[in-house]
Order: sequence, then structure tokens, then C-alpha cells
Amino acid sequence: MPAGDAISLAALAPEIIVALAAVVILLLGSWLPRRRQHLSRWIALAAVGAALILSVARTSRPAEVTAAATFTIDTSLSTTRLAVLAGTAVVLVLAGGRFGGHKRESEFYVLLLLGALGTLVLAGASDLLVLGAGYLLASIPLYALVGFAKDSAGTEAMLKYYLMGALFGVLLLVGITVLFGVGGSTTYAGLTRTLPNAPAGAAAVGLLAVAAGLLFKAGAVPAHFWVPDAIDGTTGPAAAFISTIPKIGALVALFRLSSLTGVPTAWPLILALLAALTMTLGNLAAFFQARVLRLLSYSTISQVGYLLMVTAAVGHSELALPSLLFYLLGYTVTNLGAFAVVCAFPTLRTLDDYRGFFRRHRWLALSLIFCLFGLIGTPPTAVFVGKLTAFTAALDAGFGWLVVLALINSVASVFYYLRWIYLLFQSSPSGKAIERVDRGGAEPEAAGDAETDEGGPVDPDAVPVPWSARSAVILSIVSVCFGLSANPVLAFLLVSPLP
Amino acid sequence: MYSEVTVFSEVTVFPELPVLSFIVFLPVVVGAALLLVPEARRRLVGWIWIATAAVDLGLVVALWIDYAAGGGRSGGSAGVQAGAGTGAIGYETKFAWMPTLGSGYHMGVDGLSLPLVALTALLFLVCAIYSVRQEHRPRAHAALFLFLQTVSLGLFVSLDLILFFIFFDLSIVGMYFIIAVWGHGSAVRSALQFFLYTFIGSLALLLGFIVLYLASDPHTFDIVELIRQDPLKNDPVLGGLALLAISIGLAVKTPTVPFHTWLPPAHTDAPAPGSVILAGVLLKMGTFGFVRIAMPILPGPWRSYAMGFVIVGLVSVLYGALVAMAQTNFKRMVAYTSVNHMGYIILGLGAAGLAAGSNPHAANLAVTGAVTQMLSHGLLTGALFLLAGALFERGHTYEMSAYGGLAGGAPRFAGLTAVAVFGSLGLPGLSGFIAEFQIFTGSLEAAPVPTALALLGILITAALLLRMLAQMFFGPVRQPTAEQLESGAPSAGLLSAGTPGDLRPRELLSVAPLLVLAIVVGVLPRFLLDLIEPAAHALIVLVAAAAP
Repeated sequence: MPAGDAISLAALAPEIIVALAAVVILLLGSWLPRRRQHLSRWIALAAVGAALILSVARTSRPAEVTAAATFTIDTSLSTTRLAVLAGTAVVLVLAGGRFGGHKRESEFYVLLLLGALGTLVLAGASDLLVLGAGYLLASIPLYALVGFAKDSAGTEAMLKYYLMGALFGVLLLVGITVLFGVGGSTTYAGLTRTLPNAPAGAAAVGLLAVAAGLLFKAGAVPAHFWVPDAIDGTTGPAAAFISTIPKIGALVALFRLSSLTGVPTAWPLILALLAALTMTLGNLAAFFQARVLRLLSYSTISQVGYLLMVTAAVGHSELALPSLLFYLLGYTVTNLGAFAVVCAFPTLRTLDDYRGFFRRHRWLALSLIFCLFGLIGTPPTAVFVGKLTAFTAALDAGFGWLVVLALINSVASVFYYLRWIYLLFQSSPSGKAIERVDRGGAEPEAAGDAETDEGGPVDPDAVPVPWSARSAVILSIVSVCFGLSANPVLAFLLVSPLP
Repeated sequence: MYSEVTVFSEVTVFPELPVLSFIVFLPVVVGAALLLVPEARRRLVGWIWIATAAVDLGLVVALWIDYAAGGGRSGGSAGVQAGAGTGAIGYETKFAWMPTLGSGYHMGVDGLSLPLVALTALLFLVCAIYSVRQEHRPRAHAALFLFLQTVSLGLFVSLDLILFFIFFDLSIVGMYFIIAVWGHGSAVRSALQFFLYTFIGSLALLLGFIVLYLASDPHTFDIVELIRQDPLKNDPVLGGLALLAISIGLAVKTPTVPFHTWLPPAHTDAPAPGSVILAGVLLKMGTFGFVRIAMPILPGPWRSYAMGFVIVGLVSVLYGALVAMAQTNFKRMVAYTSVNHMGYIILGLGAAGLAAGSNPHAANLAVTGAVTQMLSHGLLTGALFLLAGALFERGHTYEMSAYGGLAGGAPRFAGLTAVAVFGSLGLPGLSGFIAEFQIFTGSLEAAPVPTALALLGILITAALLLRMLAQMFFGPVRQPTAEQLESGAPSAGLLSAGTPGDLRPRELLSVAPLLVLAIVVGVLPRFLLDLIEPAAHALIVLVAAAAP
């Protein structure tokens, strides 16, 4: 691993391109007339595309550290770049459908790019101070993103998100200070040498505090309270972004942190307990949600639980890192696919609004079904392979109880995903009765949903936002194809040098 | 390799063609194409579906004939595999699909799976014939059934645990939609219950598979390779736990007591073809899993805990029969007799584990009987569920007390029901007798008391089925009254003058082949037993070789 003190511009090219694009669009946005604002979208997409190409080209090179060993470019970062940049591109497309022609359109893209950049910094950081900077960069633009619509729900969501973020950000900084105090260094390389001899209690406290900040970004227990409010309160594209992209960086950072030699021996167990709590609480809370974005937000919490399970297997299973990275890729595709369907119909807010959806929009309904079954972990989708490897890694690391709990949670999650899927086939809200009468299980749900249905009658003939709809169909196909052809990716992740 | 193939090329028609993959994936490809049939031509859908299912069945029959003549074995490896406990695998297809996870696209048939493959192809064909006049979303209906056919065929030919699991899981998804969208009564609730229960089972199964994977060295999900390694032979505790996880997964699907509670509501509310596939094919996935995975990969634990399986089987036999007797709903009653019939299979397989060391001949007989029972149950219960569907179309209720004296007005319906019922209660000359006789003979020495008690199950089923016959078909004529109808639709009437009360041609054509085959198996079983026995023998050799 060649360590250079200088910043290697070539190795950091994707990050630099994204940063430059953000600056350019910010300036351009101030000058462009409103009807030309879409130009900024194309610049953003081009920048993300270029960064993506450079990242892919870089994947076959050996790992290296740069900028005085504070930033590591390895398989983990390469995979993160892939997921984050591709995911950002999808969200750019989704946002284009929603905010095309909006007077602050270009600002949205700037915030997206900066959030993506922060996520990349989080994932690549091998120094606590860089981690702290990444945390702030991945957080502050997203607060503004959540409140972008300037409506009351968005403002409330933003405030909650911001307050939680500030709290956990402070915790993260405290953790960095404590670790610097006991370890005498902020670089991971330095900490690896000093931590084993440092006071164990203080090191554990510092580590926990840093992890708390990362758990906030990942949306895991105990820092998950913001997730449903922020996602349900904001706009569809922003929800898609904050529920998917920052998690990738946070989990990779957490994995990097957990693989330091000198972490307390109980550390994997702590992560396992957090994983257990996250998946269980996320699932239980999702059960009777009536609003699609709240349901999806709790579902993302439970997914983070499965991902945390893999981080708990760090050091005990060679499958842990490949599994985490693969799961993150699969999760990004599948989750964005589900959100893309939601973005295609901004007016459909409750599950009940989706009645008869299959009749009206067959392909979108099928895409949604594929993505939701993907999130359940039904083979042969990508998340299935992710879950399979995650369970294997955790079992290999000796967390049999956690695997059993994860299996039970997977079963429980079926309940709320199927609740949504079933409604797609129900008769439509306009009262156009299907020739069959269904009794039984649907009725209590219908009653429960009717109470929260505040939007009034939904236009059954609403036309989907074109590019969101196309994204949804493409993503659902990708999630299946990715699962079926998982082998090359897994092979790459397995043979590549581990950090 | 090549020279060995040429030796067989005189015998076999298609050893090197991926014929198995073609059989498996033909239905789903046609099914996807069916979705593109324009609305105006929806009448075509039924016929395309029938043609596809018929072609698939024809291919399976050709495969059977070819396999029975010694074809399809890929050269010299067949002998090795015969010793490895899976019988001689034919038409093997194997390529590295996910080698990083030790999982491959590995398919093949042997004497244990071929009967079930044939049964699957046949049952899907009769469902296609039965559904030719499907009015409610015919394209999606046909496409979903074709998808399920691919999934079911794929499961029975899988020789890789991940492949097996994928098909296992997808069968749940497909059946969920069939019950939820085309079912009646409280279909949504039953479908959800079905999904949740069997999904729990599938995940328990996955847990067991992962344990096997981690125990093997090199890590693999390949069934043949795992059989060769016997990865948990030195770890009885972990072996027992793996068997427990796998058995729970399979027992939910089978289902055995106490995991059977999803079955009666799912059957009651499923549409008739859905019930046929559920009972005839999906339940076999559970029992097939025992002979394909649990017994050969974990032979030691199987022998150690064989008595447990005997007892679970016995409880299912007796409980299923007794609860069936208490039913007033025709379809629910048939559903509970399924629990009873699946119990015989588990009993036989457990007894085979007990007898494998001391009396391999008896164990062989029990396994052969169990596989025959899978086939026989598929034929007879499939026929009974189709007849139940015909009954419901006319009377709009399954309540047996609503009907009486049907034999007079609907003689074909009565005659076919009687044949199915007599087969189901094990009358000699029908397939059920061949199956149950072998199971009892094979089990008697190893587990005399449970086997004797299980005979009571036959007595109870006989009593309840005959009582049903007497109630519905003889005596004074009764028709469902308005308040007995589940839906407000007017009753077409089985007997009223001027309405075609008796079975229509499509119903006759779908039910009769199943019963004819049940009689053929009952009278001339050799063609079937010759296929099963070598595979059963290989399995028992393997189980006997393991230390309990």
C-alpha cells in the first residue's frame, strides 16, 4: 500500500469532479434563466457519469492511501463510489421529473452532489478528522435538501433531522477527541498501533461515540428517530436520497472503524445487539403504517439492521466485507427502485391510494412488486444474495442467535410488504368495481387506511412522471439481473485485497 | 468424457442437449409471452397454455422412457453417483453459476425425482384443461400457472441447495398470488397466512443450508458434493441442529402436525386449480426435500432421530384423519386427509431410517412406498380438488350437508368421485394401496407399534370418506338452499332439468386422466416401481453406511 503524503489528484479524481461540478452548478444556477435551469441537471449527470467511469476504471488497481494516510482508496471505496454515484445519478433523474422548471432547481442538484461527496469522504476516511469532515459534509446539505419544498411538513422534518444530526455530530466529535486523547493519533494506522495499549474503557467510550454518529447517518437504533419523520415529510427524490445514499458511506465507515486492531473484544457483540434492535424495531414499527413513505422508511431501518449484522461479523468471516458491499449495492438498486415508483406518483401518499394500481399501471406495479419482493429478500433478486451472504457471514462469526432473529424478522417483514402488494390488485378508489367481491382480510386494513387518508379522492388517471417511471422499471430489472449474475461482483469483492 | 458419451449415444436420444433446462423453462417463457397477447385474442390464451403444458408433458414422458432405457446418464460418473446415494442421475446439467458461493446451476433427474417431475407436468396440464374457460384475468392466470410450473419442475430437478431454495421460495410467491387474486371466501387472509407460514419454513430451511455450507470443506451448496462429503458426520450436535432446521422448513411445507394450520384455510379459499397444484405439487416439495436433502446429506442424524420422524408422521396420520372426520366442508375435509396422507410418507421415511442398518430391504420398501405415495396422493387429491371445484361452480358451497342424492342426476361426477375416494382410502387396485401397503410392510418391523396405530388412520379415513359418499351421493335429493350459498350467485343446480348438471367435457377431460393413471399404477405398478427402487436402494445404502 504506497502511502503518499501528498494528495494524489488522480486517485481522488471522482471526488474532485463531483466537488467541482457542485461549485460550477452553484455559480451557473445564479445566472441561468429559469427555463434553462435544466442545463444544470445535465452538467450534474455528466459529472456523476464521468466520476463513475473513472471509479470503474480505478477498481482493478491495488489499494492505496493518500493525503498523509488520511484517505484510503480500496475495494470498499470503489464499491461505495459505484453505489453512491450510480444512486445519485438515479436521484438526479428522479429530481428532474419533480423539480424540472422549479426556480431553485439547480440548488437541489448542488445539495445532492455535496451530500454524495460527503458520503464518499465518509467511506474513504482512514483518519478520524476526515471522518468528522465527511460527516458534516454528508449531513448539512441534506438538512437543506429535506426542507427544500419550504412547506410545513418539510420544515418540521428538516428541524428534526437537523437537531438529531447536531446531537450525534457532537457525539462523534467527542468520540474523536477521546480516541485522540487515549490513542495519541487520529489516523487509523496510528490508532492500530496505540489502541491495544490504551485504557480499554476510554477507548470503548470513544469508539461508541464515533459509532453513534455513524449510526445516525445509517439510520440505525438508537439514532433512528429522524428517519420516518424526515422521509415522510420531505419530497420523494430527497427521501430516496437520504434513505439510501448516506447509509452506504456510514456503514462502510463503521466497518472500517470496526476492523481496527485494538477495538474492544466485546465490540462485535455490541454491533450484533444494535443490529438485532434495529431490524426488530424497524420491522415492528412498519407493521401498521398507512403512508407509503413511512412504511418505506421503517423498512430501510430494518434493512440497516441486516447490514449491521454483517459489520458484527468483522474479522471473524472473510465473507463479511464482500457481503456488506454486495448487500449495499443490491440495497441501493432495490430501495431506489421502490422510491422511484413513489416519485412517479407524488400524489399517492397512503397505501390505500395504491388500490387498483395494477390495473392502471401494469409495468410500474410489476416493478414495485419486484422491488418489494427484493426487499423481502426473495430470490433471485440482488438483496437475496446480499442476505444469503450476510447470514452466512454472521453464522460463520458465531452469531447464530442473530441469524435466527434476522430470519424471523424477514418473515415478519413479509407482512407489511404484502399488505402493500395486495392493495395493488384491489378495486380502485374511484369506485369502479372489479367484477369480483373480496371479503375478509382486506376490510380492517381499508378501515384503518381511510382514517388517515387526508388527501381526498385521488385521480385514478394520474399520469406517472415519465423519467421516474422509467427509472423504476429499469431499477427493478437491474435488481433481478444483478441477483442472477451476482457471481462476477462477488468474485471481485472476494479476491480484492481487504483493508 | 467424449468417448464415454459415444458409448451411450446408441441408447439415448439427447444426452448432451440441455433437455432438462428446456423442460423446466419452457413454461415460464411461454407464460411471459402470453402477457403480450392482445385483449381481443384472450380466447387464445387457454389453448396456448394447454399446448405448452402438453408439449412439456410429452417431453417428460419421452425423458422417462429414455431414462428407463438407460439413457441420459452422463458417462462413467453415473456409477459413482449411484454409490453416492442419489441413484443414477440422468440428464445432468452443471455449470458454475455462483462459484464464489459454492453454488451452481446443477440439475438432473433420478428415480426419486422423475415420478414427481411427471406428476407436476401432468397436474399442470389438467389444470390448463380445467381452466380453459377462465374469465377473470385469463392472461395473468395462465402466466402465473406457467411460472409455477417452471418453479415446481425446477425444484424437483435441482441438485444444488441454493437452486432448490430459489424455486422453493418462488413457489410460495406464485401460489400467494393465485390464492389472493383468484381465490374466494377470505382469500386474502388465507393467502397471507400461507405466505407467512411457508416463508418461515423456507427461512428455517435456508438456515440449515447455510450450516451445511459452512460445515463443508471446500464450502459448497452442491447436493451431490455435500452427499459425498457428509460434512457433519463428526459433529452430531450441529448435525442434529441442521436436521432440525431443515426438517422444520420441510415439515411446514409438507405439512405435518403441528405445522399444518395454514393448509386448510389456504385450500378452502384457493381456486380449484390452485388447490390441485398446492396439494399435488407444492406439498410434495416438502416430502421430496426429505429424500433429496435431509436423508442423504444428514444420514447419521436421520438415523439418530428417525423415531422422532416416525412419531411426527404417526401424529399427522391420526390427527389429520380425526380432524377430517369432524369437517362439514368438503374441501376442508380433503385438505385434512392430505395431512393424513403426508403423515404416511413421514412415517415411512422415519421407519426407513430405523431399519436402514438392520433390514435394508424393509427400509427400501418403505422409501419406495413413500415416493409412490407422493405420486398417488398427487393424482387422487388432485382429482378430488378438481371435483370440489366443479361442485362449487354449481352449488356455490362446499358444505356437504347441502347436497344429497347427487348420484342420480350427476352420474359421471359421482362415479369419478367414488373412484378418487376409494383410491384415497387405499382400496387395492388403485395407486394408494400400492403406496400404503409398501409403507406399512416396510415400517412394521422397525416400528411395530406406530405402524399398527397408523393403520387406524386408514380405518378412520375410510369411514369418513364413505360417510361423505353416502351423504352427498345417495339418499334423498338435496340442493343448496339460498342461505347456504357463500355468494349471492344463483345456483346452476346439479340436477335441475335443462341445465348441464353433470361434468362438462373440460372437467371430465381434466379429472379422468388422473384417475386412469391412478388405476394404472394400482394395477400395473412395475413401470413405476422399477424406476423408484434403484434410487431408493441407493438412498438406503447411504443412510445405512452412516453411524447413527
